[in-house]
Amino acid sequence: MSEALLSVRDVSVEFTNYGIAAPVLRGVSLDVPAHTQVALVGESGSGKTVTMKAIMGLLRDPPARITAGQILYDGRDLLTMPPAERLKLRGTSMSMVFQDPMSSLNPVFTIADQLGTILKYADRRLGRGRSRRERMERVHEVLAQVRMRDPERVAASYPIMLSGGMRQRVLIAMALLSEPKLLIADEPGTALDVTTQAQILKLLKDLVTERGLALLMITHNLGVVRETSSYVYVMSRGQVVEHRPTADLFAAPREEYTRALIAAVPRLTGGMRLGTAEARP
Amino acid sequence: MSRPMLEVVDLSKTFPIRNAFGRRSGDVKAVDRVSFRVERGQVYGLAGESGSGKSTIARMIMGLTEPTGGNILLDGHNIAGSSRSREHRGKVQMVFQNPGSSLNPRRTAGQSIAVPLVAHGHSRADRARRIAELLEMVQLPADFAQRFPHELSGGQKQRVAIARALAMSPQLVVLDEPTSALDVSVQARIIDLLVDLGRELGLTFLFISHDLSLMRNFAQVVGVLYLGRIVESGPTASVFGNPQHDYTRLLLASVPVISAEEEAMRPVVPLINGEIPTAEQLIGLGRTRDAADTSIKGA
Repeated sequence: MSEALLSVRDVSVEFTNYGIAAPVLRGVSLDVPAHTQVALVGESGSGKTVTMKAIMGLLRDPPARITAGQILYDGRDLLTMPPAERLKLRGTSMSMVFQDPMSSLNPVFTIADQLGTILKYADRRLGRGRSRRERMERVHEVLAQVRMRDPERVAASYPIMLSGGMRQRVLIAMALLSEPKLLIADEPGTALDVTTQAQILKLLKDLVTERGLALLMITHNLGVVRETSSYVYVMSRGQVVEHRPTADLFAAPREEYTRALIAAVPRLTGGMRLGTAEARP
Repeated sequence: MSRPMLEVVDLSKTFPIRNAFGRRSGDVKAVDRVSFRVERGQVYGLAGESGSGKSTIARMIMGLTEPTGGNILLDGHNIAGSSRSREHRGKVQMVFQNPGSSLNPRRTAGQSIAVPLVAHGHSRADRARRIAELLEMVQLPADFAQRFPHELSGGQKQRVAIARALAMSPQLVVLDEPTSALDVSVQARIIDLLVDLGRELGLTFLFISHDLSLMRNFAQVVGVLYLGRIVESGPTASVFGNPQHDYTRLLLASVPVISAEEEAMRPVVPLINGEIPTAEQLIGLGRTRDAADTSIKGA
């Protein structure tokens, strides 16, 4: 067994609606070693978000239920540890970068208020004390880390005063507040323009390598997979269908599904055969 | 040479900026003297990011927004004054971005497709025949006419939206990000369908998108919009292969790609303080290429 920081083993999840249980994840396993960038790619409905939610403990039970498997973080099973223990890890040692910078921030509080509050509760869970002033210093520090040119001004701003790209940076700063070891990023930059997305992806990559973080990047975009990860898991219909080093996957996909998925991606070089509606699987 | 399907000349649209008291405090030029022409049977791509004016241009061509200046010639006829005419609406139709919200959830697919037919006074029997014909064209089974949008997948919904747009046998179809809400494999099939239909029916497409990789494969000619102006235009292969304007270069450099060949195609954009510059920064920077050794991929 490898010493992965995060190891999801044979996890199955089912959703029960009107008394009918539907399997949504069927024996998903994946490893995120420390200091490594791993991508989880799949189309809508493949189960990538449910996998992320299972890891973070965000699935609501009912309707969701984890029926089998283990989720090991640092060697300890998140699913069997006492809730209080799990709470200490979540948002601190393992934290999330959310997708939608518009809906993940509260419009009526300043950035400083929101980041400060998160930090306060993270500190409390870890039994750490910090004064309000120390917290604000830390908030300014992380905003500077995400390359905000004027952290004080950004901290005093309300979300509406910031551009989409700036808000996404705030969300990354939020995830960095309590110096996590593992970042889980759910489609970061998808809601943004392509030039802004490129900036966000580069920032995320730089931060992860600078601070030696482990990254689990959840995305539907194969281009993002290639640019941000060294190992990739491909999901389809609640299962991992293929997992390999990212370069190998693009060089020689093994599974039929992966091949079809890669073939469907339009290339900047052109040459896609179009108007073959009947021929496509 | 035959006359173009669509010719846009010096098209402009300014929106007033009003302060909290409703008093006009300035103007924003959403579209600024844009000119381009789309030949019959062509796919013309308008590429741009949010705020570039691409949707405003589409709305003006559809007659949904009045231009503040310039002319739109559709098949040689100026539609500036008569934009809402029946004739105009028969000639140009639109497919919207999100089929989840562009189809009425309380109408069946058949009823949605029938809306333009009813408006143009087709009889009941006539409509049923035409709906069946249209569903076949978009490769959906005939019984889908009775289904509601919530019973359809995203790709199927977009097919219904395409069928509705084709109901009046238009010559020009405006596609506003028709696949951006869809999975990549579904996107490929919808684009296949559009290419097939374009060929069979002799359609002309105005394709609006921010997805440059898709544009490279679908559009023969492309215009790159930045802040309401076309900064660069030409055959897609040559604009993408040898971009001249800084903004086009930045756009291309930002596309996440999946092969080394594509990576080699992306222009090198200078980094500013170790970061990818914004469009404003880059254009402000001008053409100083001394620091150009660091690629956008960076460290």
